[in-house]
Amino acid sequence: MSRQIRRLSFVFGLLLIALLVNATLIQVINARDYRDRPGNQRILLAEYDRERGPILVASDPVARSVETGNTLTYIREYNNGPLYAPVTGFYSLVYGATGLERTENRILNGKADIFTVDRIQQLVSGRQPVGGAVTTTIDAAAQRAAFKGLKGKRGAVVAIEPATGRILASVQMPSFDPNRLSSHNPADIREYYAELEADPQKPLLNRPVVSLNPPGSTFKVVTAAAALASGRFTADSILPGPKAYQLPNSTKKLRNWNGRECGPGGKVTLEQALAISCNTAFAWLGNELGASAIRTQADAFGFDHSFEIPLRAATSLFPADPDAPQTALSAIGQFDVRATALQMAMVAAAIGNSGRTMNPYLVQEIRGPDLSILQTTEPTQYADAMKPSDSLSLTDMMVNVVQNGTGSNAQISGIRVAGKTGTAQTGNDSPSVAWFISFAPAAAPKVAVAVVIEESGAPEVSGNGLAAPIAKAVMEAVLRQ
Amino acid sequence: MIKKRRNTELALLIFAWLLGVLGTLQVGWATGEGTPPRLWITAGAVAAVALVMHTVVRIRAPYADPIMLPVGTLLTILGLIMIYRLDVADARRAQLNKSPIPTPDVYSQLTWFAIAGILFCAVFILLRDHRRLQRYTFTFGLIGLILMVLPLAPIIGTTVNGATLWVRFGGLQFQPAEIAKILITIFFAGYLVKTRDSLALVRTKVLGVGLPRPKDLGPIVVAWFISLGVLIFQRDLGTSLLFFGLFVSMLYIATQRRSWLIIGFVLFVGGAYFAYSNFAHVEARVTVWLDPWTYSDTTGYQIVQSLYGLANGGILGAGLGQGFPNLVPFASTDFIVSALGEELGITGVFAILMLYALLIERGFRVAITCRDGFGQLLAAGLSITLALQVFVIIGGVTGLIPLTGLTTPFLSYGGSSLIANWVIVALLLRISDRSRRPDTSQISPDDAMTQVVSRV
Repeated sequence: MSRQIRRLSFVFGLLLIALLVNATLIQVINARDYRDRPGNQRILLAEYDRERGPILVASDPVARSVETGNTLTYIREYNNGPLYAPVTGFYSLVYGATGLERTENRILNGKADIFTVDRIQQLVSGRQPVGGAVTTTIDAAAQRAAFKGLKGKRGAVVAIEPATGRILASVQMPSFDPNRLSSHNPADIREYYAELEADPQKPLLNRPVVSLNPPGSTFKVVTAAAALASGRFTADSILPGPKAYQLPNSTKKLRNWNGRECGPGGKVTLEQALAISCNTAFAWLGNELGASAIRTQADAFGFDHSFEIPLRAATSLFPADPDAPQTALSAIGQFDVRATALQMAMVAAAIGNSGRTMNPYLVQEIRGPDLSILQTTEPTQYADAMKPSDSLSLTDMMVNVVQNGTGSNAQISGIRVAGKTGTAQTGNDSPSVAWFISFAPAAAPKVAVAVVIEESGAPEVSGNGLAAPIAKAVMEAVLRQ
Repeated sequence: MIKKRRNTELALLIFAWLLGVLGTLQVGWATGEGTPPRLWITAGAVAAVALVMHTVVRIRAPYADPIMLPVGTLLTILGLIMIYRLDVADARRAQLNKSPIPTPDVYSQLTWFAIAGILFCAVFILLRDHRRLQRYTFTFGLIGLILMVLPLAPIIGTTVNGATLWVRFGGLQFQPAEIAKILITIFFAGYLVKTRDSLALVRTKVLGVGLPRPKDLGPIVVAWFISLGVLIFQRDLGTSLLFFGLFVSMLYIATQRRSWLIIGFVLFVGGAYFAYSNFAHVEARVTVWLDPWTYSDTTGYQIVQSLYGLANGGILGAGLGQGFPNLVPFASTDFIVSALGEELGITGVFAILMLYALLIERGFRVAITCRDGFGQLLAAGLSITLALQVFVIIGGVTGLIPLTGLTTPFLSYGGSSLIANWVIVALLLRISDRSRRPDTSQISPDDAMTQVVSRV
């Protein structure tokens, strides 16, 4: 019988090997696949099980983890959720994360490499790992002023510190409440998300950095910068500014928004053309300079480049190969020119910063769980967009816009403000887009702003009427400090 | 000179106990509970039970195998650690839901361990020689059969989670099949050692394989019908498989005829196909086994959660107290290996499988070295019971074979199972002592046997 027992034990040995192989398949070979399956709660539970670091504005947490009373130990809480939603994004059981919650995830959940030392300490002490904190560059006063100004409208505001590229405000309207998307109630999350998705106003769109609109007359500062850079024009150069400009090789005519000549005898200086936003003069100027000169200037301000702030911003565009009439239209920010609010704020900031375009950024500092500073973002320059002398000249021209031209609503008493209005048609029938870009104080700006209002429905003056007051409020909020 | 190796056994027991203390501390610290308040009471209780078992073996069966007792103890301790860890998770969940905190399972499991220890000792004290059991072959067979069908009895029989395998007595409930499997193994051993000669007779040869006489087919057909009955009426896939597999294996050992394995396999395939095509609950198990992901929210929920847990464990495991083993249903009973696999990783799963392999291999060694036919068959049968049960349940929770409801020997929460498996170890040690004991006389082996009996 012993031989039979040996044979049977050999069979059981084979069964044991089958178990070992099968366990290896599950726990080693297929483990990653199983872990990533959508129905697997473990990864999220692990994320919700440890305290996620806060997102800070100055020293106030705008997103933080709060202990709850159920299986998911922590819940994400957003103070003033809709106000900071374009910055924080959301952190959802169902839809994953967006905004800084997504880009800074490894900092917030404490898994980034810079925490290695902390993690070893945690391992030794047996403490649950705690995430690091992310301090944003946002200025709470500027953010609030922009949000208040946009109320009841559809659009976005971006404010930048010209010398550094720090983003002081990034606001959108309409916005959403990240609290509801980051709750522990999947049914409610889905319902709210579907509601937001169905909203024609697209509140989930991160307008400040991804919504592209034709920049309209605000783009004239780019054309003006290209004109100064060419060396052929100064602020006092005389340009033709008739009632209408005959587009080259075309039967169409481009008219001024008020249907009048830009100056006596259809002649106007460059400075005056910018002040009154003379379409015909800038269309003519566009063809004089040529598309490639304008594109070179636009690219130096950041067009045709995707910035990661660290949220990925949409690429602002100058048309690739426009013909002469298209170049004329592009020079006044129409045709296929598209820009984000972030991009136009960068244009204003670079002009104010002696022509230096800075890389924009949203994260000021990374802090450890104990709030010690682990990493600080240093400002970096993106390009030299203008010669300093040209930038001074353009600044004066833009100050003139606010003091004597179309941008009067951005005046701040006692402070020189440089600005430019804009209105653009997004299509033949679609309502216009109102813009205002500005910076102040003109000599050494602390803040540059771009305001875009979509579906403004009003004519050229809407840049001044709708957008300029918001820009003014944001600038004042920064300058008051 | 054969060494008794009792001190080896004691050293291994102390090692197992230390692992238990460290594991419990790790659970307490990792879950933030701190040092378990009653750690020294529970650790003391485990030490006391193990020490008493060791002492009884030392006195009553000094030549017994020194590995099996420590391995069984270590497995029981691993089970206790995981049950405590799941208690912590359940208490925490109840606290968060503001519902009353459930009674911890670990203390009742500890009590069952003590009772199992008492029965373990009783085997050594009441049973001097395993061959005595042979006298009661048919009595055990009858009691075993009654125990198996007892859950079907009115009033006391209880259906839990779809399977009718529980008996409720006042506040106590137990699974009689766990005890029945020992009695039936004794019955098989006693019956087969008597009838093996006639069952081994060959009448005809087909393709070089000798077939038994048709009239000798009776017993295997009866066993087959009983297995099917358990499957159909009690819906207990595991016990049915265990019962039939055990009988066929023992028949093969007793008769030394491969034809019984072939006949058994044919009957198994036939019965399995019959059950699959006629009984929805069997079909459902197979469907889920073939593709658990499609049914991950319904019938496949348990197995899918088990796979998630195991995958989360990976190579080194989440660490005791740091996984989510409570997400798997029945984590402390059927799925305790998934829970251990999540927190100890594949390293832990391999270690546990190796402990079982060691225990079963030792059991087979006892069978091989045993000098009497009954003891050989009994030791082999008990080892096969353990082996089949381990394979069927661990294979089930890891998706290797369709899931069946069996307890994991020594690890699972539950008194009947713990007691039954400790009695199995006691019987194996009893036989082992007998077979390793050196001949004190110089008489021929046959006489030596009678002499031993006379000393009883």
